[in-house]
Amino acid sequence: MSDIQAETDLTYVRDEMLAEAPPPIRDSGLLGWLRKNLFSSWFNTLLTIVALAIIWFVVPPLLEFALFDAVWQGEGRTACLTMQQGGQLPNDWFGACWPYVGDYLAQFIYGRYPIEERWRVDIVFVLFVIGLVPLLVPTAPYKAVNLVYMAVFFPAVALLLLSGGDFDYGTIIGIGAEFAPFGSDLGFWIDYALITLVIAAIAYAWARGTGTNPLDPIKLVLTIMGALAVLLLVLGVDFGLEVVPTSIWGGLLVTLVLAVTGIAASLPLGIVLALGRRSQMPIVRFFCVVFIEFWRGVPLITVLFMSSVMLPLFLPEGVSFDKLLRALIGVALFSAAYMAEVIRGGLQAIPKGQYEGADAVGLAYWQKMRLIILPQALTLVIPGIVNTFIGLFKDTTLVLIIGLFDFLGQIQSSFTDPTWATPVQATTAYLFAACVYWVFCFSMSRYSIFTENRLRTGHKR
Amino acid sequence: MAVQDALPGRVGSGGFAALNDQRVRGAIFQVLLVIGIISFGWWIIHNTAANLRAQGIGFGFDILFDSAGFQINQALIEYQETSSYVRVYFVGLINTLVVSFIGILLATLIGFIVGIARLSTNWVVAKAAYVYIEILRNIPLLLQIFIWYFAVLRLLPPKREAIDLGPLGLLNIAGWYAPKVIYGPGFPIMLSALIFGIVATFIIRRWAYKRQMATGEQFPVLWTGLALIIAVPIVSWFAVGILMKGAPLSLEYASEGNFGPRGGARVYPEFIGLLFALSFYTASFIAEIVRAGILAVAHGQTEAAYSLGLRPGHTLRLVVVPQAMRVIVPPLTSQYLNLTKNSSLAVAIAYPDLVSVFAGTALNQTGRAVEFILVTMATYLVISLVTSAFMNWYNSSVALVER
Repeated sequence: MSDIQAETDLTYVRDEMLAEAPPPIRDSGLLGWLRKNLFSSWFNTLLTIVALAIIWFVVPPLLEFALFDAVWQGEGRTACLTMQQGGQLPNDWFGACWPYVGDYLAQFIYGRYPIEERWRVDIVFVLFVIGLVPLLVPTAPYKAVNLVYMAVFFPAVALLLLSGGDFDYGTIIGIGAEFAPFGSDLGFWIDYALITLVIAAIAYAWARGTGTNPLDPIKLVLTIMGALAVLLLVLGVDFGLEVVPTSIWGGLLVTLVLAVTGIAASLPLGIVLALGRRSQMPIVRFFCVVFIEFWRGVPLITVLFMSSVMLPLFLPEGVSFDKLLRALIGVALFSAAYMAEVIRGGLQAIPKGQYEGADAVGLAYWQKMRLIILPQALTLVIPGIVNTFIGLFKDTTLVLIIGLFDFLGQIQSSFTDPTWATPVQATTAYLFAACVYWVFCFSMSRYSIFTENRLRTGHKR
Repeated sequence: MAVQDALPGRVGSGGFAALNDQRVRGAIFQVLLVIGIISFGWWIIHNTAANLRAQGIGFGFDILFDSAGFQINQALIEYQETSSYVRVYFVGLINTLVVSFIGILLATLIGFIVGIARLSTNWVVAKAAYVYIEILRNIPLLLQIFIWYFAVLRLLPPKREAIDLGPLGLLNIAGWYAPKVIYGPGFPIMLSALIFGIVATFIIRRWAYKRQMATGEQFPVLWTGLALIIAVPIVSWFAVGILMKGAPLSLEYASEGNFGPRGGARVYPEFIGLLFALSFYTASFIAEIVRAGILAVAHGQTEAAYSLGLRPGHTLRLVVVPQAMRVIVPPLTSQYLNLTKNSSLAVAIAYPDLVSVFAGTALNQTGRAVEFILVTMATYLVISLVTSAFMNWYNSSVALVER
C-alpha cells in the first residue's frame, strides 16, 4: 500500500492543515432565533422592519385608546369630555368611554325587554348552554337525548319563555271557524284534526297502494301530529307570564335568536336541497338548482328588503307576520342555499362504493341516505357547517338596516341618548361590538378547526 | 312470494306493483311537485294582486320612466332631479360596479400580499399576517363599514382644513380631493399610442413564444412589453404637447381655500369607507385562499423543478403559480362575487349604490316594492351568473386535463 502511494504523484492530496473555520453562527438561543427568523438576509430584515412599522402604527394608538387613555368611571357624558367640550379632560385627550358601555350593557344584551322579565331570557341562555356544550364535545355521552333536547325541548321552552306563551289560535280562519264561537280556539283545533285525518288517509292509501303495512305510516303521522298538538296546546296555555311582543326584543338576544333559528331551519332545508340537487329526477334537480342559485346570487340585504316589504304582499289579506319572523324567513332561506352547497360537497366526497353498497343490501332511497350516506357526509362537512354558521352570525347584523334591533342595532340606537353623547361614543361602542363579535366568531372558527383536525386523523402525514 | 310474506311490514301481495317501481314513484313525485310549485306560485301572485288592489297600488314597470325628483350626490353619469328612475338605476348600478371593481383590485392585492406573508419564514411577518386575517374575518362586515366610516374617517381634519398628501391631493373629513384628470386636445392620439403599445406587446409575445418553441432562444417579453406600454404613451405625451401646444393629459390639483379644499376630483368619504371595509374584509378571505393554494402544490414539484435546473424565480412562475392558481381560482371567484354582493351594504352609510338609491330611496318614494325589488334582485343575479359563467370558463381552461 505504502509503496504504491510513494510511487504515484500525490499533488492532489493536501499536505498542510487548513486554517480553522470560524465557528458557525449561533442558531440557538434568542439571538440565534432572531437572526434565523428575522434577519437572515437583507430582504428579510427589510420585511421585519416594514412589519414592525405597521404594527407600531396600529397597535399602540389602539391600546392607548382602549386602555391607557380610557375613562373607566363616570356618571354621564361630562366624564368623557375634554375641557374644550365642557368636561375636565385635557384637550388632546382621545380615549374610550367605558362607563357608557357599562351603563348600557343590559340594553345591549336584552334590548327593550322588560327589566322585571329578563330572568326569562337568562334561563333561556342557560338552557341553551346546557344543551350546546355536551353537543359540541365529541366524547360526551347521550348524543341522541341531547339532540332531542336541542331540537324539540329547548325550542319549545325558549319560545314559551321569551314570548310569554298564551298564543291565540282563534284568529287563524279555516273551515273550522264556522263551527266555533268567534275568537275561540275551537275552530283551529277542528281544522287541525281535519288536516291530520287527511294526511293519515293519504298515508293509508299510499301504503295500501304499495302493498306495505298501513299501520306503520299512520302511527308515524299520528305521533308527529300529536306531538305538535301538545306543543301548540302548551304554547296556548296562559302560564301567567307577561306576553312580550318581539318588537321590543333586542340586543344580543335578537342576534342569537336569528342565528340559532336560522341555522336550525337552514340545516334540514339545506339537506333536502342538496339531496334534490343530486337527485335522479330531472324536475326535482332543476327546481333545486334554480332555488339554490337564486338565493346565492342575490345579496342578503335585498332578501331582507324582500321579506320585509314583499312578504306581507304574498300573504292573504289580514294575515301578517311580525317583523322578526319575516327577517327569520329571509335569513333561513338565504342560508339554506349556502348550507345546501356545503352539504352537497360532503355528499360528493362519499365514495361511490358506499352508495352502491347500500343499494346492494336492498336499502330504499331514504334508508340509504339516513343510515349510510348522510351520517358520513354530515360528519365530513361539520367544519363547513360551522363556517356557514359564522357567516350567518355575522350576517345577522344586516337586520338593523330593515329596522330590527339586534346587538349592533341596539348599539347604534344608543347613540341617540343625550346622557352619553360624546365625540368618542361611537368609537367606543364599535370597539366594544367588534370585540364581542370577534370572541363569538373566533371561538366558532377554533371549534371548526378542532373538528377538522379530529376528522383528519387518518390522513395525517 | 313466500319470502315476501315473511318480511315484516308486508301484507300479502296487495297493492299495485307499479307503485313500487322507482321510475313510477319518481314520475308521481315530480308531477306532484310541479303541481305544488305552480299552485304555490299562483297563490302568491293572486294574493299579491289582491293586496295591491286593496292598497290602491298599481303594478307595472312603466313607473320606471317617471321622473325621480331626488338628488344623488355621487353620479358618474349625467343625472338631474328630473331624470327618470331608469337613470337612477344606471347611476346606482355604475356606482355598485365601480366600488366592486376597485374593491376587487384592492382586495386581491392585499389578499395576495397577506396570504404570501402568512407563509413567510419571517416570524414577525407571518404572525402579523395571521393576526390580520383572524381579526378582520371574524368581525361582521357591516360593523367594519361603520368603524371605517364613523370612527376612522372621522379622525380626519374638519372641512376647512386638510391633510396635504402631496401629489395625491388633499384629504379631510369631507373626502379625498384627488387630482382631476383634464383631457387636452391631443388626448385621442395619446390613447391610440397606448393601445398601440398593448397590441404590439401581444404580437411580440406570440412571436417570442413561437421562436422559443422553434429554436429555444428566449426573448425578454416582460421588459419589452413594459417599455412599449409605458414609454410609447409618454413619448407621445411630450410629442403631442409640443406639437399641439397643450398637454393631452394633465392633472388639476385641489387648492386649500378659506372654506376648505377647492377643485380636484372629490371622492366622498362614503365611497372611501365602503371601499376600505370591503377590500380589507375580503382580503382576509383571499389571503387564506392564497395560502391554501400555495400549500396545495406538493413540495416534490418544487424539488423536481430545482433538480431540472430551474432557478427559484422560474420555479415559482412556471411550476408553482400555475398549479396553485388551479386551486385558488374557484374560491377566489366566489370571493369576488361576495364582494360585489356585499357592496350592497352601502345602504347603511348612504353611498348611492344600486340598493341604496334604487331599492331604497326610489322604492320608498313610490311605494312600488314589487317592481323595484325584482329589478334589483334580477340585476345582482345577472351579475353573479355572468361572473360565474366567465370564471367557470376560465377555470376549465386552466384545470388539470385528466386522461
